[in-house]
Amino acid sequence: MAISLQVNGRAHRVEADPDKPLLWVLREELGLLGTKFGCGAGLCGACTVHLDGVAARSCQTPVGEVGRAAVTTIEGVAATALGQRVGAAWIDADVPQCGYCQAGQIMSAVALLRETPKPDDAAIDAGMAGNLCRCATYTRIRAAIRAAAA
Amino acid sequence: MPLRDLYAHPCGDPGGGGVSAPVLSRRGFIAATALAGGGLMFDLRIASAQAAGGVLNAFVRIAPDNRVTIGAKNAEVGQGAKTMLPMLIAEELDIDWAQVTIEQTHADAAIFGPQSAGGSRTTPREWLPSRRAGAAARAMLVAAAAKRWGVEPATLTTRSGRVLGPGGRSLTYAALAADAAAMPAPELEKVALKDSATFRIIGQSIRGVDTPAIVAGKPLYGIDVSLPDMLHAVFVTCPAFGGTMKSANLDAVRALPGVAHVVPIKGDGAPESLVDGVAILSKSWWTANKARDALEIEWDDAAARAFSSETLAEGAKAKLAGKGEAEVLRSGDPDAAFAAAAKTVEAQYHYPFLAHATLEPQNCTARFADGKVEIWAPTQNPEAGRTAVAKALGIEPAAIRINLTRIGGGFGRRLMNDYMVQAAAIAKAVPGTPVKLIYTREDDTRRDFYRPAGWHRFRAAIDGQGRLTALHDHFVTPGTGGKAVRAGDASASEFPAGLGPAILYEQSLIPTNMPTGWLRAPGSNGVAYAFQGFLDEVALAGGRDLPTLMLELLDGATELARGPNQPPFKTARARGVIEKAVAMSSWADRARLPKGEGKGFAFYYSHMGYFAEVVHVAMAEGMPVVRAVWAAGDVGSHIINPLNAVHQVQGSIIDGLGQALVGQAITQVDGAVEQASFDTHPLPRITDAPPRIEVAFVTSEDPPTGMGEPALPPLIPALANAIFAATGRRVRSLPIRPEMFA
Ligand code: FES
Ligand code: FES
Repeated sequence: MAISLQVNGRAHRVEADPDKPLLWVLREELGLLGTKFGCGAGLCGACTVHLDGVAARSCQTPVGEVGRAAVTTIEGVAATALGQRVGAAWIDADVPQCGYCQAGQIMSAVALLRETPKPDDAAIDAGMAGNLCRCATYTRIRAAIRAAAA
Repeated sequence: MPLRDLYAHPCGDPGGGGVSAPVLSRRGFIAATALAGGGLMFDLRIASAQAAGGVLNAFVRIAPDNRVTIGAKNAEVGQGAKTMLPMLIAEELDIDWAQVTIEQTHADAAIFGPQSAGGSRTTPREWLPSRRAGAAARAMLVAAAAKRWGVEPATLTTRSGRVLGPGGRSLTYAALAADAAAMPAPELEKVALKDSATFRIIGQSIRGVDTPAIVAGKPLYGIDVSLPDMLHAVFVTCPAFGGTMKSANLDAVRALPGVAHVVPIKGDGAPESLVDGVAILSKSWWTANKARDALEIEWDDAAARAFSSETLAEGAKAKLAGKGEAEVLRSGDPDAAFAAAAKTVEAQYHYPFLAHATLEPQNCTARFADGKVEIWAPTQNPEAGRTAVAKALGIEPAAIRINLTRIGGGFGRRLMNDYMVQAAAIAKAVPGTPVKLIYTREDDTRRDFYRPAGWHRFRAAIDGQGRLTALHDHFVTPGTGGKAVRAGDASASEFPAGLGPAILYEQSLIPTNMPTGWLRAPGSNGVAYAFQGFLDEVALAGGRDLPTLMLELLDGATELARGPNQPPFKTARARGVIEKAVAMSSWADRARLPKGEGKGFAFYYSHMGYFAEVVHVAMAEGMPVVRAVWAAGDVGSHIINPLNAVHQVQGSIIDGLGQALVGQAITQVDGAVEQASFDTHPLPRITDAPPRIEVAFVTSEDPPTGMGEPALPPLIPALANAIFAATGRRVRSLPIRPEMFA
């Protein structure tokens, strides 16, 4: 079935099963490989994107349900000043270790800061609790979010 | 403490599949080639100081604009090697870090020498060879300048990629490229290295070379490999380890929309090479994975299904009660020491199987054509993969090209190359078409090479002064036929062997069908918890705290020899980190903590690193919450990249807390693993990360060693000992469950 999508400000038309998760449409149809597969079950957050600015698990989002929502991925998040600030804070703190989770972490952090521009420590933890980092870069994730919020 | 890193098995697989490191010249060589357009390439092959017969190669390319490209030969798995190894070369080449571009090399032991990323071995293995590589290249550039200016090389200096001469003369490396290529190569063993006081890159905090690309979402990982006309694959294997395939409804699956191929694979039965299974291929991985719902396979798995965690635990307990099957170490007279003891202490400790749970699931891309295979793999151990693929496919190792991708977490999982062999075998069925195999999370959890479970029964003899006079450990570990499973064997050098107390270390084996492997700090990650947890009991029974007991025991020797290729264990270095951790954590003031709070200490030596750690816990809502962790480490004379070193320690600490506190345990029913994803085999989340982690390094005179592992082992016993201090309850089994405090 032909599906229209708005991704990172661009219109796309894809031929896909409406049940196919947005994650795999991004990766396989649109070649946007920054959004990662970690569990496919909503448990790790590696696949986090924004739908109309709100964080969503793309592995749990059938492409047929995206509708007119604007999809933002890690490749497009730096288009906003906030996205840029978070990315810069991430680089400055050298947050990544293996780096695999970091696209999802950054997407969740941007969504958190959009909602709560000055989060306290508890709000940071609550906002980021859905994103696993196997390398356990959590100390620096907190620091980078604090820096981006300042 | 044991140094059971991977040294004994340089390729990561004691069962064979070794890196057949070619013996080039014992001194290695350096060759320089002038490049078209005025650049210069150094081909540096240097006999490794520590891996006999091994070679290091790094390509250093100097472009006409004086930018320097350095080949990073080891795969980046989050340990920082892709940044750190080029730092060593750049330092001695005497260039600015800003001039450097880093390129990941492909895998080829014949060119690059050892390329495995495991056992925290990269740093000790490359510390001298990589620096010599840079220094030799620099010497040739200096010689070229000396000749041009008609002066002695000794009168020249270098700085930031320029040779500086008398009277303010200076030339860029690029300008000297063609001449340098013609200079005789210096003897690498004799090339002068910098005085470490003049280091300008080593010791600087340098960010990960790929950090900006990661933040931009660039495709760096194995799972991101995309090739024209590529097919995606899932591979379905027998849930019970060791089952073989009888039949499958292949045609029914072939008929499903979007399915391109369904390929039955006949394996050799070894999980580290190839087990039986069915591959489903499609243009879309999601489609391929969906199609497996329709796949019905009949397995021959009656024998495999006989294994379960329950029977394993029963067997282990029965063995534990008896005498050990083998003596690993008997030193002094333990029987006499127990007979003369003023007091004895006994306890049993247990830890479970664990999965690696790398966030990037196992995956690999392969293309088979004309009898050759090209592979794109996130592997920590490429040469062992080459050997395994060659064997499974019946082709020459030379017919295999392995490209290294960035790796989304390893922790030892990717020292095994099962996914590589599978991808190659599947690709062989569709010649000419690249195939990307991706495990589901469930596949990944259920097809791991698990950290083996272990059971320990300890006894200690204490004399009238409260001193430890004998230690007896009966260790029950998976294995058969007198041989423990991979990463499951006992060590004769386990602390406090050789330090005074009489020792009896025994081992007994119980059969399992669980594939096992190296998990971060293999051989130490579980054992450290058991030994340092029990020694805390011994210390308190003797009226002292664990740091005091450790320092007393360390008085028993200055050095303890280890195996070949391993430096001795030095008690002064252990003492240094213990004293540092005690000081930085205000250990002496812990009696002032409020009720329900406590601090625990542990020390461990593994992978050539000395770490002492203190954990502060407070009980909250029936579970211990970690308030702070202090870690003091000694990994030698230099912390090459302090930023990354601290990251490794922070990560190890939270990793250890996760192993103990969030419920990680792999269990088995009917021969198969029960857990499937992060709900049943959880990882620590940000909410589990302590608000405070303090890291300090004590430097010593020995050469630098690796950071990926040694900070993990002491964390769990320090936590367990803190929980005892806070609650009076001993953690003698992992993981820690809330029921324990009910
Ligand atoms: S891949 Fe979507 S939450 Fe894990
Ligand atoms: S950086 Fe490795 S999983 Fe987060």
